[in-house]
This record gives sequence, C-alpha cells and structure tokens, in this order.
Amino acid sequence: MIMLNIVFITVVLLYIIGFYYLITTHNLIRILIALEVLTKGVTLTLIYVGKLTGQMAAAQSMVITLIIIEVVVMATAAGIIIGIFRSTDSLDVRDILKKEE
Amino acid sequence: MNDICIYIVLGILVFSSLLTAMIRNALKAVIALVVASASLTIFIFLMGAPLAAVFELSVCAGLITAIFISTISLTHYQASPKGSSVARKRIARYIYLPVIVFIVIVIILFVKPAINIMVAGNVVQEPSVQHVIWNSRMLDLAGQIVIILAGVFGVVILFKEGLKK
Repeated sequence: MIMLNIVFITVVLLYIIGFYYLITTHNLIRILIALEVLTKGVTLTLIYVGKLTGQMAAAQSMVITLIIIEVVVMATAAGIIIGIFRSTDSLDVRDILKKEE
Repeated sequence: MNDICIYIVLGILVFSSLLTAMIRNALKAVIALVVASASLTIFIFLMGAPLAAVFELSVCAGLITAIFISTISLTHYQASPKGSSVARKRIARYIYLPVIVFIVIVIILFVKPAINIMVAGNVVQEPSVQHVIWNSRMLDLAGQIVIILAGVFGVVILFKEGLKK
C-alpha cells in the first residue's frame, strides 16, 4: 500500500510539473519537453496499473504503442518548429503571434 | 531491497523532471530529461516489463533526445541573445514549482487518498507480450503503421516546402 501511494504521488507530481511547464513556457522546444514529461507520467501509470491488475503483457503493448506515437509526434513537431524558425526567426510563441498579426 | 531501489528511482525521476523545467540551458534540460527516461526505464524493468523498458531506453532516451538536440542545434536557440534574456526571466517563473511540488506531497501524505485498484491475485496464465501484440491487439499495429507513415510523410513534406523557399 505504501508503494501504491509513492507511485501515485510520483504520477501526480509528474503531471503537475508537466502542466506547469506547459502553461508557463513560451518556447516551442520547451513545450515539446513538457509534453515529454507528461508522457513519462502516463507511461508510469500504465506500467504500474498493469502490475497491479496482473495484465503486464497488455500494459507493455500499450506502452510500446504510446512510445511509437510519442516519437512520431516529436519528430513531426520538431520539423514544424524548424519550419517556423526558418520563416519567423524566433521560437517564442508571443513573437510568432505578433509577426503573424 | 527492491522496494528501496524503486523509491530511489522514483525520487530521481521526479527530481530530474523538476530540473528539466527549471534549468535555463535547453541542452542541459534535455540531458535531465534523459536521466528521467533512464530512471523510468529502471522502474519499468523492476516492475517486470523488460520489453517496454528496452523501448523506453532506446527510443525515449535515445532517439527523442537526438531529435531534441538536432532541433536545438538547427534553430541556434542557445546562441541567440534574446534567448538568454528570456532565460533569465524564466527563473522567476519556475521558482514556484518546487514549492508547489512540496505542498502537493504534503497534502497527499496527510490526506492519504483511498485508491481502489483491483490488485491481481493469482493470475492463472498471463499471455506473453508477443501474443498480446500480434493476436489480441493487432489493430494497434495497423494504427502504428499508419501513424509512422503519416509522420514520415509529414516530415518529408515539411522539408520539401522548406527547400522550395
């Protein structure tokens, strides 16, 4: 039960750190890093729930699917960020929005 | 002994995630993210999921880090003077994060939430990961193939447009 609480606390903390980071940052690369932190929390949840429910094989297959989706999203988002930087010469969301106006 | 290892690994995971948010230098933040990935890999391995652990280590700690470092070097994020002035301001924003984390830990420890999760008893015979992936969740594989192709085509089109300009 102690272990369940510790893992629960860790998951909540990862979500808080990820969301706080996502809300406060204005840099596009850092937004991606915040998404990565949030994904760590999701992976932790899936693995531990798989352990608790005794369905580790299903949990592992879901984690593998999550990782594949994550890497595709990161690669595409990185390409979009590089494209935005080439056209606006900035990674700050506020600058980019100002330039669009 | 195993439990102590798990607590240490989870502590490193939270601390490195916190560092990822708070470190000013983007490259160092990515390195902190690698430490978080590595500690999560150890946790997954200790939970008895070696296949997922290998994926986490090779893809999240390896490939995604390479993507981040390439993006940082291609955008010259560190070199721009404006980037460093923005970086100074962000310390003031993130100084509250450790305080929030500490308060949440205290609240959860004092409130002690009743978490009702069905804990497995004696599982008769769990199917292997290979069986689950290739038989039970075959549609997931089709979805993964489509997502990978969509990502590849997306990146190709993005760089094609960039070359045209």
